[in-house]
Amino acid sequence: MPSITKPVAVHPSLKRNELGLTVRDYEGSMSTLCAGCGHDSITAALVRAIWELSLPPHMIAKLSGIGCSSKTPAYFVSGAHGFNSAHGRMAPIATGANAANRELTYIGISGDGDSLSIGLGHMCHAIRRNLRILYVIENNGVYGLTKGQFSASADLGSRSKRKEANRMAPIDPVSLGLSLGATFIARGFSGDKEQLVPILKAAMTHRGFALVDVISPCVTFNDHEGSTKSYLHVRQQARAATETDFVAPATEILATIGKNGAVNVTMHDGSTVSFKGVPPDYDPTDREKVFSFMQERYGKGEIVTGLLYIDETVPDLHEMSDTPDTALIKVPYEKLCPGSSALEKLQEDFR
Amino acid sequence: MGWAAVLRLMPWGGPRLKPTNTDDPNYFHKVVDCQWACPAHTNVPEYIRLIAQGRYTDAYLLNRESNVFPAILGRTCDRPCEPACRRGRLDGKPVAICRLKRVAADHRGEIGHLLPEIPKTKNGKRIACIGAGPASLTVANDLLPLGYEIVMFDKNDKPGGLMRTNIPAFRLPEKVLMEEVEMILNMGVDIRYNSPVTSMKALLDQGFDAIFVGSGAPRGKELELPGRHDTDRIHIGIDWLESIAFGHIDSVGEKVLIIGVGNTAMDCCRSSCRLGGKDIKVMARRPRGFFKASAWELDDAEEEGVEILINHAPKRFVIEDGKLKGMEFERLEWDKAAKNSKTIDTIFLPADDVILAIGQENAFPWFERDLGVEFNKWEEPVVDQVTMMSSRPGIFFGGDSAFGPKNIIWAVEHGHQAAISIHNYCEGLSVTERLAQGQNLVSQKMGLGQWSYHNDYNPAARQKMQHVDLEWRFQQINIEVELGFSAEQTAREVQRCLNCDIQTVFYPARCIECDACIDICPLLCLTMAPDAEEEQLRQHLSAPATNLDQALYASTPLPQTKRLMLKDEDLCVHCGLCAERCPTSAWDMQKFELQIPYAAESTTEKSCVPA
Ligand SMILES: Cc1ncc(C[n+]2csc(CCOP(=O)(O)OP(=O)(O)O)c2C)c(N)n1
Ligand code: SF4
Ligand SMILES: [Mg+2]
Repeated sequence: MPSITKPVAVHPSLKRNELGLTVRDYEGSMSTLCAGCGHDSITAALVRAIWELSLPPHMIAKLSGIGCSSKTPAYFVSGAHGFNSAHGRMAPIATGANAANRELTYIGISGDGDSLSIGLGHMCHAIRRNLRILYVIENNGVYGLTKGQFSASADLGSRSKRKEANRMAPIDPVSLGLSLGATFIARGFSGDKEQLVPILKAAMTHRGFALVDVISPCVTFNDHEGSTKSYLHVRQQARAATETDFVAPATEILATIGKNGAVNVTMHDGSTVSFKGVPPDYDPTDREKVFSFMQERYGKGEIVTGLLYIDETVPDLHEMSDTPDTALIKVPYEKLCPGSSALEKLQEDFR
Repeated sequence: MGWAAVLRLMPWGGPRLKPTNTDDPNYFHKVVDCQWACPAHTNVPEYIRLIAQGRYTDAYLLNRESNVFPAILGRTCDRPCEPACRRGRLDGKPVAICRLKRVAADHRGEIGHLLPEIPKTKNGKRIACIGAGPASLTVANDLLPLGYEIVMFDKNDKPGGLMRTNIPAFRLPEKVLMEEVEMILNMGVDIRYNSPVTSMKALLDQGFDAIFVGSGAPRGKELELPGRHDTDRIHIGIDWLESIAFGHIDSVGEKVLIIGVGNTAMDCCRSSCRLGGKDIKVMARRPRGFFKASAWELDDAEEEGVEILINHAPKRFVIEDGKLKGMEFERLEWDKAAKNSKTIDTIFLPADDVILAIGQENAFPWFERDLGVEFNKWEEPVVDQVTMMSSRPGIFFGGDSAFGPKNIIWAVEHGHQAAISIHNYCEGLSVTERLAQGQNLVSQKMGLGQWSYHNDYNPAARQKMQHVDLEWRFQQINIEVELGFSAEQTAREVQRCLNCDIQTVFYPARCIECDACIDICPLLCLTMAPDAEEEQLRQHLSAPATNLDQALYASTPLPQTKRLMLKDEDLCVHCGLCAERCPTSAWDMQKFELQIPYAAESTTEKSCVPA
């Protein structure tokens, strides 16, 4: 437990966003995670990204499952809505919430255990539905909360604290997302906020399911020699494949395009994701190319990071279901539930 | 600009930012802004913590070690520590350091048995001290425990020097003054009252082993204008205050003009309020913001109804039939920097008394100039800034007599340094052979998330000193105006201290670069960045480090990425969260204790105690 809450004193240079809030206004309660846990750095990146987007706290919904990672929603944006669901069930809860109120920005925080084991089916279906959500997997290769058992993302041969090697092939969320048709796929590292913050901003602006796999070392159970999710190993093996910028709507972007085969993707709300640097022959909108690029690099033991794939053209859950533009919670009850006579009439039509 | 871009600008050519050398006590000492600013380097944060724990006697003794007169200074100090206080940079108001010093003095217990023991057998060395003010008394305080005999000469029949003669009793009660002065006299000073030294040569002939001159800056500056010497109602400020202190003056006319706007002027105008003055004006040449007086002394004077008139230059005294009528002033208009002025017109202000408070200087009419002591063209002695020795070995100066008027706390520090020199001199050592300052660093970690100091930040506002009601305070000249802090005020004020002596100490070899410290720091003090020139780095930290007076603490390259850990010391609140969130104890919170050498190791136990 921290000895104190964070002092209220702030640096005089702190800037205010469009809502007049400082980055400190987007903090949550004090983290109770282990000192040095990667999850806390992701929290800090989220705070910054949300502040930079000037999102009103009450228009955000934070959801999670169970795990150390799933505790993190408590540590950012105290003023937002939150739901800490059962293990692996963040995706269905988020689906329901989003169905009822499409106006909120949904931020789901999960772990590799939460999403790739018990919650794997739920995550796959949320991807298929193109649920509009920022879906963060705080990926440390272990079940941190239950004291460090290998999770489904542990690499073959990665060693536990007791030096035993993992013998089962991993589930890679990025490859999985690509194969399931996810419309926004990125990988980051908790130790690199310069890269992570713009990715998170783009993800929160994305029109559908934004899968962000963030390697997030567990200092307590998976930061030793032989682990492939330790700070040192990730630093040695990480390769930033793409370099991206997130450019807010109505900002002049012409100056940044045109170099290194740069691609600009216009987002649904008019903002732009600008790829400042991509590998030769790489097209972040071509699923097959990205897939083979990832396979090739994985074979070399590299951990590829960056915004890897994006498709803004796919309709999201609401568009596919043809729901009204207004949030369902704003539709008068009589209209949402017109009563048994209306039901009978409907059933009559099917006879 | 991102870091990659900064790096591209700067081709590699060896380290650009030198790692901070924390073995040099000056580094951490400077982080303790108050202690660094204090001429005597009083350990402020430690005594504030002692007060917080109700350990007033310990707090008093810790003060006394460096500043010798905590009760006196707790009321009268110029407080160079307060403008330096980190808290002031954070919420605009420094910790009331001076008032807290008084709290320690007001509530301390019996300390006679805790003072250094004076040896019965003397070391055979006799030292003469000229003047019984703070500088001489400090010399005596430091040398008596070593077996020296001290003979102290003063022209008055009471001790204290300028602390008695120039500080009115409503700011410093006689009882408070005497208590601390006698603490030293009772150590066995051979004090000779009513004994002005009239010839240095004669004193030298008495065969002392060393002589310390602590005779102050007793000459008030003159204002030679027409009419100056045609009446006896024009007074020199410091002489006038002295006459009040000794009861020779007990009244003043209704209309009083004070010329000058320094701290002596404030004492003069406030004394006038108590001697029958009704219409008291302080006449300033320049605009506000260019006054010499401390802000709080101005406030206190204005609270008592004194009027301060700016942009008035004295022109002449108006005397009619041998009687002072008033003064003529030129009204000035200044440029922004108050460098150049032009005269608008001339006005007359009536006055029954005029008091000149435009400065003072040291004067040595009794000091023969053929004794081997060099004097400069302003008739000031040439004194070494470190050793306090004059150009004649064995003769030392301190306090205002050394470098002109400063303040009590400087006089004390001069006394400490002179005592070291005198001791060296008498031992046959070179006066320049001085011990360096040292440091002691002790981890404050007690366990996970547990510190042996109160690390929380308290947003309390600075407590306001309560004053005696206006109607009461003028009834007698010696009613102390400031009431001191109440228990509640003390409890609040001590929590405003940021514990700047609890240092953030970094061990780079342990760092795994997890960002935890950077993420948690409430004041954005920390950054990990590639090596670059300091100027460049200061612009690219978590928050720009624009206060160039404050150091950037830089590590050696970190193990994983070779970046540097950087800390801008400017606004750190010493909450310890960086160390608390560090998984490898690369950051630690360590209490810094400055080890200050005095004339010899004190025989009493050091009053340093865990927080
Ligand atoms: C239904 C259910 N099954 C099992 C558990 C035990 N459990 C708690 S957390 C956890 C795994 C968490 O791993 P991950 O999602 O990777 O989070 P981390 O702690 O590593 O951040 C498990 C299996 C549970 N709480 N509920
Ligand atoms: S156990 Fe691991 S994942 Fe959980 S808080 Fe500690 S470091 Fe983070
Ligand atoms: Mg995990």
